[in-house]
Amino acid sequence: MAEAIKVPTMAEYMAEGKRPEVLFWVGCAGSFDDRAKRITKAFVKLLHSAKVDFAVLGTEESCTGDPAKRAGNEFLFQMQAVTNIEVLNGYEIKKVVTACPHCFNTLKNEYPALGGNYEVMHHTTFLKSLLEEGRLKVEGGKFKGKRITFHDPCYLGRANNVYEAPRDLLRKLEVELVEMRKCKKNGLCCGAGGGQMFKEPEPGNKDVNVERTEQAMEVKPEIIAAGCPFCNTMMTDGVKIKNQEDKIEVMDVAEMIANAHDL
Amino acid sequence: MQLIAQIAFLIVLVAGIAFFTRNIRRVIRNIKLGKKIDRTDNPGERFAKMARIALGQSKMVKKPLAGALHIIVYVGFIIINIEVLEIIIDGIFGTHRILSFLGGGYNFLIGAFEILAFLVLLGVIIFWFRRNVTNIYRFLGNELKGWPKNDANYILYFEMVLMILFLVMNGADYQLQLNGAEHYSHAGGIIGSFPISQFLSPWFENFSDSSLIMVERAAWWLHIVGILFFLNYLYYSKHLHIMLAFPNVYFSKLTPMGQFDNLQSVTDEVMLMMDPDADPYAVPAEDATVEEPAKFGASDVMDLNQVQLLNSYTCTECGRCTAECPANQTGKKLSPRKIMMDTRDRLEEVGEIINKKGKFEDDGKQLLDDYILREELWACTSCNACVEACPVGIDPLSIILDMRRYLVMEQSAAPNELSIAMTNIENNGAPWPYNQMDRLNWAEEK
Repeated sequence: MAEAIKVPTMAEYMAEGKRPEVLFWVGCAGSFDDRAKRITKAFVKLLHSAKVDFAVLGTEESCTGDPAKRAGNEFLFQMQAVTNIEVLNGYEIKKVVTACPHCFNTLKNEYPALGGNYEVMHHTTFLKSLLEEGRLKVEGGKFKGKRITFHDPCYLGRANNVYEAPRDLLRKLEVELVEMRKCKKNGLCCGAGGGQMFKEPEPGNKDVNVERTEQAMEVKPEIIAAGCPFCNTMMTDGVKIKNQEDKIEVMDVAEMIANAHDL
Repeated sequence: MQLIAQIAFLIVLVAGIAFFTRNIRRVIRNIKLGKKIDRTDNPGERFAKMARIALGQSKMVKKPLAGALHIIVYVGFIIINIEVLEIIIDGIFGTHRILSFLGGGYNFLIGAFEILAFLVLLGVIIFWFRRNVTNIYRFLGNELKGWPKNDANYILYFEMVLMILFLVMNGADYQLQLNGAEHYSHAGGIIGSFPISQFLSPWFENFSDSSLIMVERAAWWLHIVGILFFLNYLYYSKHLHIMLAFPNVYFSKLTPMGQFDNLQSVTDEVMLMMDPDADPYAVPAEDATVEEPAKFGASDVMDLNQVQLLNSYTCTECGRCTAECPANQTGKKLSPRKIMMDTRDRLEEVGEIINKKGKFEDDGKQLLDDYILREELWACTSCNACVEACPVGIDPLSIILDMRRYLVMEQSAAPNELSIAMTNIENNGAPWPYNQMDRLNWAEEK
């Protein structure tokens, strides 16, 4: 990062006998994928500027098991889950925020039955609460007036009914928010869910991300805003396949807020 | 003569209802072949959801034209059933328009029935055009070719004929009343109001009373026999939703759509593995019943739960799920509607074996491969668009997931790249081959 921001780990907090306000669950994509790492860093900058006392698990974090579960490997999912829950409960975690809707859904909905009970928030919801508490300033900046459409991640929207938090943040950026023909409850998947991210698609006549990119192109956005690292990858690829990379950018909502003021 | 008619009516009525009862008992028996699942929690919320979605048709109106037409047919169907009640009483006791003592209220009712019958007729004709003439994506699927398409049309023809019979019956009756025919006319003037069928008068005017009575009786008989026939056709068609939509919505999932169930059989094993005090070599207690290890996931209908099987009988093949499915839209083989149709067809096949042999005997077939292909299952993105689209709360995704579980946990038959991703998760805690110890490297990077 341009100016190194200290990213404290839970282990360090524990050693100092402190507890953070919130655990930032980075997720696999946010930790390893080059594109998603930029989202992670942007979100950390926002946490820092809002003076949020946070920590990450670092090397103690492991896959939530989401892709394994959706692929049908319930066994591997539960092994991952109970191992993670042991770590989380060991640190007495109460509140978790993550920039990945898949981690969000799994931690929030599927961990409680296995003994992991936390208040889990998607980063857009968390950022909105920071905004409402006056800890984070979100305004115009360089996105003011830009034509932007938000692609609903399935596991944030339909799966958990979070539609407005990311849109509220975008409105605060004073963008011209346009909706795709298929949005919110009826949003079309980017094509990555259910384990598809890690395999070739079945034979068909088109890739799902291309279809979704075409839907986005119908509303002629300058930026496709996303709230999921996997959607981000799929939409970025779609924009490239449609040769639109000079016209359309794909950005996470957190990146947009961080970039609006060159944080 | 009158008595013979009454007896004949009673026989037809009892036979119709008895046969229907037999088939419904088969549906219930077949659903019970599935695994038990507790969906009796939060009755208040469940009733409210049923009132909203099944009774209130809240998801149907998302498509305004189809929704409005469906509401007309639905309301028509329910309201006109009041008339069927009168027909049944008249048929048993040989009376004519027994409820006419209601006076003005009766006239209003008959008038309302007529207008509804006319609207239903119009609606059903438009439905026929939408299905057979226009190119609507959800009516074009491969799984609709052959019987399903004919089945849908038969239902529409049935409804058209029933509505026409109802109007002809009333028209002839009206003319008979005008003519002052015995048994039809009343001292107090015209009974009932005939806002639609009165327009048949020019046609009926030239009929003799005896011809009119024949027309009226024929229409009356065909109408009620047709209704009983339709009632019994339901079981052989895709049309059970007119009844099952209500329990189906009631028992649908209340938890967030993204929340998939955690398999208890897996939890038990995982907890045993994680328990430091567990002794894997422990000799089972003398009297312990050795249970057959639970099968993971589903390869046939008996492995699914009862709500999933109820779902399959409830599906009316409207295809809203398939039209919203990202895999289907991009030309993949997966169609959530086909998943439901296959489940029902296989369940019926299993039911037939039980009908013939008294119990299920392996017929060398199963839901997986013989009905649902692996290629379909692996095309799903688990996006829940199909679940959201269904107007009666069917969850095709849960069946896809259970069948994937069987493929992965019983057969280790995941697509190769997915197996690699899962191996990575197992070995290094991420679907990609990165070391878990490198998870925080991003914090150091520029």
